[in-house]
Amino acid sequence: MRPTRFPSRADGPGDRVAGFVAHLRLNGFRLGPGDTGDALAALAAVDAADPAEARAALKVTLVPDRDRWEGFDALYDAYWYNAGATRERTAQAPHIRTQTARPTLWRPHLDGPQTDGGDGDSDDTRQPDVPAEDDETEADGTDGRLIATRTQNLAKRDLRALTDEADRRAAEAAALRLARALRDRLSRRRRAATRGRALDMRRVLRASLATGGEPIRLFRRHRPDRPMQLHVLCDVSGSMTLHARVFLAFVKGLVGAADTTEAYLFHTRLMRVTPALRDHDTLRAAGRLSLMAQGFGGGTDIAGALAAFTAQSGRALGSRSLVLILSDGYCAGAPDALGTALAALARRAGRLVWLTPVPPAADGAVARHMAAVRPRVHGLYRAASVADLAALEPEFACL
Amino acid sequence: MPYEDLKSRLAEAAYVASGDLAMALYLALTLGRPLLLEGPAGVGKTEVAKTLAAIQDTRLIRLQCYEGLDAGQAIYEWNYQRQLLALRAGGHGDGHASERAVFTEEYLLRRPLLEAITQPEPPVLLIDEVDRADEAFEAFLLEILAEHQVTVPELGTIRATARPHVILTANGTRELSDALRRRCLYTHIDYPDRETELAILARRAPDLAPALARQIVHVVQALRREDLEKTPGIAEMLDWAAALGGLGLNDLSEDPARVQATLVCLLKTAADRDAVPPEVMARLVGRAA
Repeated sequence: MRPTRFPSRADGPGDRVAGFVAHLRLNGFRLGPGDTGDALAALAAVDAADPAEARAALKVTLVPDRDRWEGFDALYDAYWYNAGATRERTAQAPHIRTQTARPTLWRPHLDGPQTDGGDGDSDDTRQPDVPAEDDETEADGTDGRLIATRTQNLAKRDLRALTDEADRRAAEAAALRLARALRDRLSRRRRAATRGRALDMRRVLRASLATGGEPIRLFRRHRPDRPMQLHVLCDVSGSMTLHARVFLAFVKGLVGAADTTEAYLFHTRLMRVTPALRDHDTLRAAGRLSLMAQGFGGGTDIAGALAAFTAQSGRALGSRSLVLILSDGYCAGAPDALGTALAALARRAGRLVWLTPVPPAADGAVARHMAAVRPRVHGLYRAASVADLAALEPEFACL
Repeated sequence: MPYEDLKSRLAEAAYVASGDLAMALYLALTLGRPLLLEGPAGVGKTEVAKTLAAIQDTRLIRLQCYEGLDAGQAIYEWNYQRQLLALRAGGHGDGHASERAVFTEEYLLRRPLLEAITQPEPPVLLIDEVDRADEAFEAFLLEILAEHQVTVPELGTIRATARPHVILTANGTRELSDALRRRCLYTHIDYPDRETELAILARRAPDLAPALARQIVHVVQALRREDLEKTPGIAEMLDWAAALGGLGLNDLSEDPARVQATLVCLLKTAADRDAVPPEVMARLVGRAA
């Protein structure tokens, strides 16, 4: 390969390495000025004129994890050898794709007429998954379709219409019981306490100095209860409309049960709705939720939503986190993408549970998606009604 | 010692390292940075630390991580029994004198992290399976790795007499924090390719017939491509080679029943045993021949 010719204004190796670090940063590496210094120190320690040594030295210094370990060589060649990798190509790196995907979300709504003709790609994946009702509006032509979809969405968006008082209360009560069942887990670290199983020898000894080495006052340590942190992701796409009433009340109940619970809604994108659900004025909460859930009743991109969740909140997850996904698994993407997104999430979260309102089908798209889900979650349960949710209590107690 | 030197010395100590790994070790030694090794189980991550200690001729101090690991087990603890005995035996005079007497280094139990920074010669500190410990442990690990000192309230600050060569291993039980990754050099070790694995086998089992060694490596590499629960690592491959060598076999196709019986060295779950019945094994061996 021909080495890249750098502009003559480039100011020595330091400048070029800084340029390389900037190039990596553009491709999703989180590197700071300190890392540039580290890279230069590493190059100074090896024979930097030897291409293999320089490459290996920069690789072990700048790569933080496995994904980037595998992509590093291509980026290295692109920068130092001009290996045909231009900005267009680097923009397709996976982490960037998730960000640029967001604006395309509204494309079907905002410029519907154009997308029908040209951009078939985004239309395929983001199509609403309620086929029956769309058929007649589709027949009216493209202009008519835009308006019809809007009115239909307005009707569905109003969550207040979906909340029946008795059902809502029952679902919230069930959520409260479930949340209580899994809330506390024994910590593995001990804390000073007035009553506990183990003696706090350090304190006992210090106190015994005052009594001439006689341990008279005993201090103890115990393992405190630490709450599980719950993250709920609720699917509000078109196929879930029937169950939305119960599930939303259920999510609200979970959020109300513990301060640390976080709630998210997703259809083609993910929204954090915890603040809206914490509003104790139920009507106002439903109103705020309606505003946030624009596009509610549209298509689903479960894999994309899960990937967005992992990218956003992944670092807050730990062994005490329980991620609860409420979805029917009706997804526009490929089962593989869903499996990959779930596996990435499972590596971070302590427990992963999936609740689905539909009975498992033998074949079809949903069955393929659920087959990708099953091996990667710790629990896959069916819950279509309030009674089903309440019956899950023993399972949750074991999690 | 320069980078190529380190690689050949690793090979002399019967560790065949890839270029990236040798470079990572070399930079970790010269720049004094911790090295994080990731990769599937059984590719020789722990062995790296042992070999490094052997060729540097220093101590290997190992901290095995587990959930709930805390400062008392990782850094230091007072020896309460001895302190109590000393106080009860008396003879230290008043309270202040006895306090000074029992809170001295004599009564301090050094756990691996404190031990590693108070050696006269820099040891190799192996923090094994760091992803099994919880996030809180990572936090105080960071402090020691960055500052090279430990503060004991009763004693004051203990500074490092030698900076240990730190090697951390992880195999993806959970995602490590970005802060820890940023402070470490990183290398991902994967299963070796055919030539490397043959070289490893030749180093570790020099008595094995070359033809049998080739067959063994071929079968193990083929098994790794099968859909198994626990993919056999290098350690398993070496065990299997030792078992076959011990049985005095010269060719895998010569005694299928015994070869099948020795698969206990490679396949560690019931499902995997069922996945490789004699017919499949015969096919794999047939291709290797």
